[in-house]
Amino acid sequence: MGRRSSPEVNAGSMADIAFLLLIFFLVTTTFEQDNGVTRKLPRWEENPEKNEVVIKKKNIFTVVVNKNNQLLVEDNLMDIKDLRAAAIKFIDNGGGKSADGKVCDYCKGERSPESSDHPSKAIIALKNERETSYETYLKIQDELGAAYIFLRDREAERLYGQGNTYSKMNAIFRDPQVKDEVLKGKIKVRLDKLKGMYPQIISEAESKNK
Amino acid sequence: MAKFKKKKSGELPQASTAALPDIVFMLLFFFMTVTVMKDGDLMVENKLPSAETVEKLDRKNKKIMFIYAGKPAKGYEKFGTEGVLQLNDKIAQPSDLKQFIYAELALRKEEVIPFMVTALKVDKNVNMGLISDIKIALRKENMLKISYIAAKPGKK
Repeated sequence: MGRRSSPEVNAGSMADIAFLLLIFFLVTTTFEQDNGVTRKLPRWEENPEKNEVVIKKKNIFTVVVNKNNQLLVEDNLMDIKDLRAAAIKFIDNGGGKSADGKVCDYCKGERSPESSDHPSKAIIALKNERETSYETYLKIQDELGAAYIFLRDREAERLYGQGNTYSKMNAIFRDPQVKDEVLKGKIKVRLDKLKGMYPQIISEAESKNK
Repeated sequence: MAKFKKKKSGELPQASTAALPDIVFMLLFFFMTVTVMKDGDLMVENKLPSAETVEKLDRKNKKIMFIYAGKPAKGYEKFGTEGVLQLNDKIAQPSDLKQFIYAELALRKEEVIPFMVTALKVDKNVNMGLISDIKIALRKENMLKISYIAAKPGKK
């Protein structure tokens, strides 16, 4: 139609192409970041009976979830919202000595001889049935994990000052955007110490077959 | 409309759109860099449960292996109404896990393997029986680090 005054290369369709690509990437983009409750599974043993270790009953905190998603803690029916407090009480009891004969001097529990000896000996045994719903199970895992984090947070603030909680330090340590390796190394030492004070020992037995 | 009428010589030139590709390219590159491709369609229902004590998963170096589980989604009713696994693009049973794990390990560099995490993206209405089967399969293959993927409470 109109006569061009200058023989420029027509770049008009470039925008269209770029738009096409843009829309493609817009559609396929997911911004979601996966968050998860991390746990470590026990090693697989062919015959678990062979090397069974005898553990004192007072050092085991049994949590059983049945197929109706009811919670049985140490043979008593319990509501999920009370689980965290019960777990904290059990872990933090410090009634006796650890495996290498140390008294738990940072525990603030009741030091009852009927409950756990030392946080390093306190085992939470979680049992579920095959019909238990995953939602309930994860809620319980969450509450138990929260009990450990509560205790680690408390000790972190005591040792490293107000605001330096375990959860905050852990978040920094795990953030891939934080590139400061020196800081991360420093935090790792602290985290390991706290984990050593309150090691997370949750044993997940296989669910019973009905 | 007068504005869009043919240009006659001597008139003011149209507003230049030469910068438009630049702007669009800028946006394009932004989205290209932040994009994580969706890995196929989900064939199972996947409403995640919520949990407070979640940690972020590091997607770098392909350290994560995903296992999806849930009831078959709409359109996949032929796989039944019980909870099933989805491994990559296929509906699977716990007995298929062994092969899947080997295939996933073969895709990765050797030095990454000890740090691998298995992410379980499981629908909250699934029974624990299925999860136990997954866990046993993982333990047998010595893939001991797992992460139950969950949403933070308050978010959907």
